[in-house]
Amino acid sequence: MGSKTALICKSLLGKAHTVMAEGGVAAALANVDSQDNWRTHFQDTIFGGKYLNNWRMAEIHAKEAPDRVNELEKWGAVFDRTAEGKIMQRAFGGHTHKRLAHVGDRTGLELIRTLQDKGIHQGIDVYMECTITRLLKDGDRVCGAFGYWRETGRFVVFKAKSIILATGGLGKCFKITSNSWEGTGDGHALGFEAGAEFVDMEFVQFHPTGMVWPPGVQGLLVTEAVRGEGGILRNSKGERFMEKYDPKRMELSTRDVVARSIYTEVKEGRGSPHGGCFLDISHRGAEYVKKKLPSMYHQFKELADVDITKEPMEVGPTCHYAMGGIKVDAETGASRVPGLFAAGECSGGMHGANRLGGNSLSDLIVFGRRVGAAAAEHAKAAPAARIDNAQVESAANEMTGFFGRPNAEDPYKLHIELQTMLHSLVGIFREENDLTTAVSKLEEFKKRVVNVGINEGQRMYNPGWHLCKDLRNMLICAEAITRAALMRKESRGAHSRLDYPKYDDYWGEHNIVSRKNGDVMLVEPCPVVKTQDLLPLVDEKKAKEKK
Amino acid sequence: MSTRLFKVWRGDKTGGQLVDYTVDVQDGMVVLDAIHQIQREQAHDLACRWNCKAAKCGSCSAEVNGKPRLMCKTRLDDFVEGQTITVQPMKAFPLIRDLVTDVSWNYTVNKKIPPFTPKPDTNWLMQQRDVDRSQEFRKCIECFLCQNVCHVLREHDLEDKFFGPRFLVRVASLEMHPLDSLDRTALLKDEGGIGLCNITKCCTEVCPEEIHITDNAIIPLKERVVDKYYDPIRIALRVLTGGGKK
Ligand SMILES: Cc1cc2nc3c(=O)[nH]c(=O)nc-3n(C[C@H](O)[C@H](O)[C@H](O)COP(=O)(O)OP(=O)(O)OC[C@H]3O[C@@H](n4cnc5c(N)ncnc54)[C@H](O)[C@@H]3O)c2cc1C
Ligand code: SF4
Ligand code: SF4
Ligand code: FES
Repeated sequence: MGSKTALICKSLLGKAHTVMAEGGVAAALANVDSQDNWRTHFQDTIFGGKYLNNWRMAEIHAKEAPDRVNELEKWGAVFDRTAEGKIMQRAFGGHTHKRLAHVGDRTGLELIRTLQDKGIHQGIDVYMECTITRLLKDGDRVCGAFGYWRETGRFVVFKAKSIILATGGLGKCFKITSNSWEGTGDGHALGFEAGAEFVDMEFVQFHPTGMVWPPGVQGLLVTEAVRGEGGILRNSKGERFMEKYDPKRMELSTRDVVARSIYTEVKEGRGSPHGGCFLDISHRGAEYVKKKLPSMYHQFKELADVDITKEPMEVGPTCHYAMGGIKVDAETGASRVPGLFAAGECSGGMHGANRLGGNSLSDLIVFGRRVGAAAAEHAKAAPAARIDNAQVESAANEMTGFFGRPNAEDPYKLHIELQTMLHSLVGIFREENDLTTAVSKLEEFKKRVVNVGINEGQRMYNPGWHLCKDLRNMLICAEAITRAALMRKESRGAHSRLDYPKYDDYWGEHNIVSRKNGDVMLVEPCPVVKTQDLLPLVDEKKAKEKK
Repeated sequence: MSTRLFKVWRGDKTGGQLVDYTVDVQDGMVVLDAIHQIQREQAHDLACRWNCKAAKCGSCSAEVNGKPRLMCKTRLDDFVEGQTITVQPMKAFPLIRDLVTDVSWNYTVNKKIPPFTPKPDTNWLMQQRDVDRSQEFRKCIECFLCQNVCHVLREHDLEDKFFGPRFLVRVASLEMHPLDSLDRTALLKDEGGIGLCNITKCCTEVCPEEIHITDNAIIPLKERVVDKYYDPIRIALRVLTGGGKK
């Protein structure tokens, strides 16, 4: 696009969370099921999202995903092949057709490496192991970002007319999670603090199948591809319990349903020895399993002493994905703050109340491209901006202030307390009392986090110091999740209220949006973004699913 | 609960030493769990890299009792009970702090490799058996353990003359891509320094992705270089037949 572009990441290049994605990228290529098309993909997506998705986003996503996947291939990605030599696609939960283009169970690695190897030849400046802690503003608009180098702890200011947040998820707010250390909701918090809005924060996806044993790997993902390839869920009595909860889709029901089913089985005393259930793929035969699910085979063999070609895995729900994020314009990914854009997991709207597997990687490549183009356009048109030294100084003081505090709160302990609280009070099942307790606990956490600090080491590569700031970000996310969960008095998608177990008509038409107002977080309902021309498709899906 | 003694390297460019930590051991624990426990409870500023904790990102490379390993894949019960576990940073790379090293050199090498360049007018159909090889190489998680053990880099410091096994694997993934149109043999011979590899196979031994680095990537690439530059019969044949790369 001819704009000067910097890519900033807090890990090394190519290590972002995306590298962990396993199962595949959803795109209606129709290579395996020839009936597939963007309409069905759109319908599956909004049915999965329980009609709270931004319709236009879901449409753009379904229409453009095939082109983006083909583009990856042109940039060197090597997907698994069909017999005719096309890109192979597999079945996944909530997708009507075999739709997930994949490379065994390491699709995310293929995606990230392809983009990495393409990107380094595009003249993009890459800044690795650099963490942004604040966005800088010139009046209403963003004009730069403040951060530190992990290696030296020294500060850095980037001046920019457009800034794209693509910081991923917030799973580290919860105790059991499939997310890496990076998932502390930084972009969510940075955007919120700079004046952008959140949408759908109550919807946190618990993936039904995380490892439950050994303790060190609790929460580590067991890809849905296991079920896509025919894996069967059983309880301790050997019953295939999905027959009870979703006889039509069984194991390939949407993630919210499967996660709640497992949770219920365990709660009612039919769980596996380590508090999960059994997932069995051994009937597919050793060779097939090793070819199609190689990393799962190794993961269980090496970390749990389980040979999945012979015995079942033990699995249980794990916090996996944030549907909620920065509220953006469907076409451009622009937030309401001029110059500030968001894409990927830290943006909101695309997935509604529940994301389908494979729809995240496709979301990244579809909206990543759009937002890049829009940000370049914006940068070309925007007048020069001015960096305000007072803001830079205040951001620097925040970071240096973590050192040398008397009686500082221990960041590691505070983190565990926050995770434990959120997991038990704002987890898979929620209710009014728990949520109000959580709100008041969060107020206490907010007071304590002011005094978080570290007295060991210096600024050079000091993870304790980094965590102090991460905690503040997580707390902003936690509050948004909790307040929205309290407001939504119904059960829908990933949000299940024991006290309001049913769908509610009003809430079926409204998203929840939150924003910063002085020192408080304002939370309010906002009508779902619909598009008239898509109404027939939506109505058709609604009618079909009622049958 | 049993405990285990760890010796962890602490320090920076200016110096450092092994420091003792006693860790509470849980079932199925890996070295990275122990490092995290130490970080949480005994040394908040202990520097280490990690992301996935599932052997997928290649961040947590270190030397455990002298062996280059991924910490997240190294189980404590692989070691004899009571044996002290020593964790040190990768030796072939400049130290930043504690277990973290400066691996940026690898990124500069990658930039020298001409990217995938498809043949014109291809129909993009490829058979699985034709992509198997390239896929094997694309499994690489860039843990740089192979770079760390290769004597050309580790002992002889020939960073400016040799790409190292990781990037020979990368070149192989491109050269063996059925639709790629470039010929990177000159690069391999000159800048890549493929001749410096004397096939000790140390790289293959440490690869956590079990990529057959030497047998499947380096040796075939060496053959291509030899074919092109040193084999008179084949050179003559090529002149006669106008034969290309594949
Ligand atoms: C185990 C696992 C398996 C999955 N499998 C699938 C799948 O099969 N299919 C699918 O569609 N989805 C899958 N997902 C979901 C999907 O992988 C993620 O939603 C997606 O990768 C997120 O991509 P992203 O680009 O938004 O963020 P990430 O890939 O997380 O990247 C975020 C980037 O932002 C940087 N960053 C963050 N904060 C800062 C800061 N403060 N300063 C500077 N840089 C920062 C990070 O360093 C990183 O580079 C899976 C997720 C997990 C955990
Ligand atoms: S086989 Fe070659 S590349 Fe591998 S370690 Fe030995 S010398 Fe290095
Ligand atoms: S080839 Fe193997 S050892 Fe070398 S960087 Fe890649 S995964 Fe690591
Ligand atoms: S943490 Fe990713 S490989 Fe070890």
